[in-house]
Amino acid sequence: MTDTLHAAAPDTAAEAATGEAARRTQRVLIIVPAWNEAESIGRVIAEVEGALPFVDVLVVDDGSTDGTAAVARNAGAVAVRLPYNLGVGGAMRLGYKYARDHGYDIAIQVDADGQHDPAYVPKLIDALSESALVIGARFAGEGDYRVRGPRRWAMTMLSWVLSRLARTKLTDTTSGFRACNRELIALFADWYPVEYLGDTVETLVRALRLGFRVSQIPVAMRQRQLGTPSQSPAKAMLYLGRAFLTLFLALVRR
Amino acid sequence: MNLTILTGATALLFLGFIFELVRRRRLREKYAVLWIFVGVIVLGLGLFPTALNHVAIAFGVANGVSLVLFFGVMFLLLVCLHLSWEASRLEDETRVLAEEVALLRLRMDEQSERTEERSAS
Repeated sequence: MTDTLHAAAPDTAAEAATGEAARRTQRVLIIVPAWNEAESIGRVIAEVEGALPFVDVLVVDDGSTDGTAAVARNAGAVAVRLPYNLGVGGAMRLGYKYARDHGYDIAIQVDADGQHDPAYVPKLIDALSESALVIGARFAGEGDYRVRGPRRWAMTMLSWVLSRLARTKLTDTTSGFRACNRELIALFADWYPVEYLGDTVETLVRALRLGFRVSQIPVAMRQRQLGTPSQSPAKAMLYLGRAFLTLFLALVRR
Repeated sequence: MNLTILTGATALLFLGFIFELVRRRRLREKYAVLWIFVGVIVLGLGLFPTALNHVAIAFGVANGVSLVLFFGVMFLLLVCLHLSWEASRLEDETRVLAEEVALLRLRMDEQSERTEERSAS
């Protein structure tokens, strides 16, 4: 692995201490993929803008039928509306395209259901001085999020393999709370898989195989404000199978 | 003899159907060429079902019908695979279009907002 692709590490103490200043000089875009989240999106935007006055918020309305985009616009965000539902990966590629076209330095994905706490965003940004992609990870000390059964085996398997690839501990490879730098914005604007798990696992594998540095910071995730995650045993097994397939394909694909 | 009439008539109907689809521009040229080729082969075999017998024996297959069945199945598998590939490609293309539409719509909204502001002031 070469070091040339990595974000330059701060080489003086003064530079290391300017995380705060970098946050102000760098243009940061929060990308919120949203599908029928009209009930929670307003609160999420208000919270992000309250906690982080230096960022812009882009809501990618993924073919919602409940007026998510209009709610987002009224809450003060920029909203792009896809004509039909593409899935998280589809929404994110559009978000990265917008970030690239508008010259943002940092793009951060935040889910529309309110489970990601924007208070961690400054930590993600600070960690970007060392890495190209930073994951806000559960299971890394903070919070008390628990899963069991096949879903847990899948997550263990994924984090084991990806930690080897990344040469650093990654405990939550399927987290949708992540930040990336300009170079990865350019990559993701053209290439971002739309398949299930592709938007999280495959993008990590691709970034690592291209020599980008990936790291994580521990975050506490909140309970989803609305809606429940699917947790039936059959679905969990299916999830395990798809995790294997996605990982295998990501490793062998060109 | 009855079998030959049945298969020959079926082949003719098939070929006629393809020709009609091409004539009405319902099939893209690349598919039209493929299916007309298939239609001609089906017609030939329909009229002379035993034509492939000696080829089959040369391959070590009991008779021409088995050989046709084998190649037919292989051909259909390839066609299915090709269609999946085409569908994936089309999805990629429509995804790009959807993104473009979303970005254009955003720019249009912003522009009309700006003109409204200007006319209001």
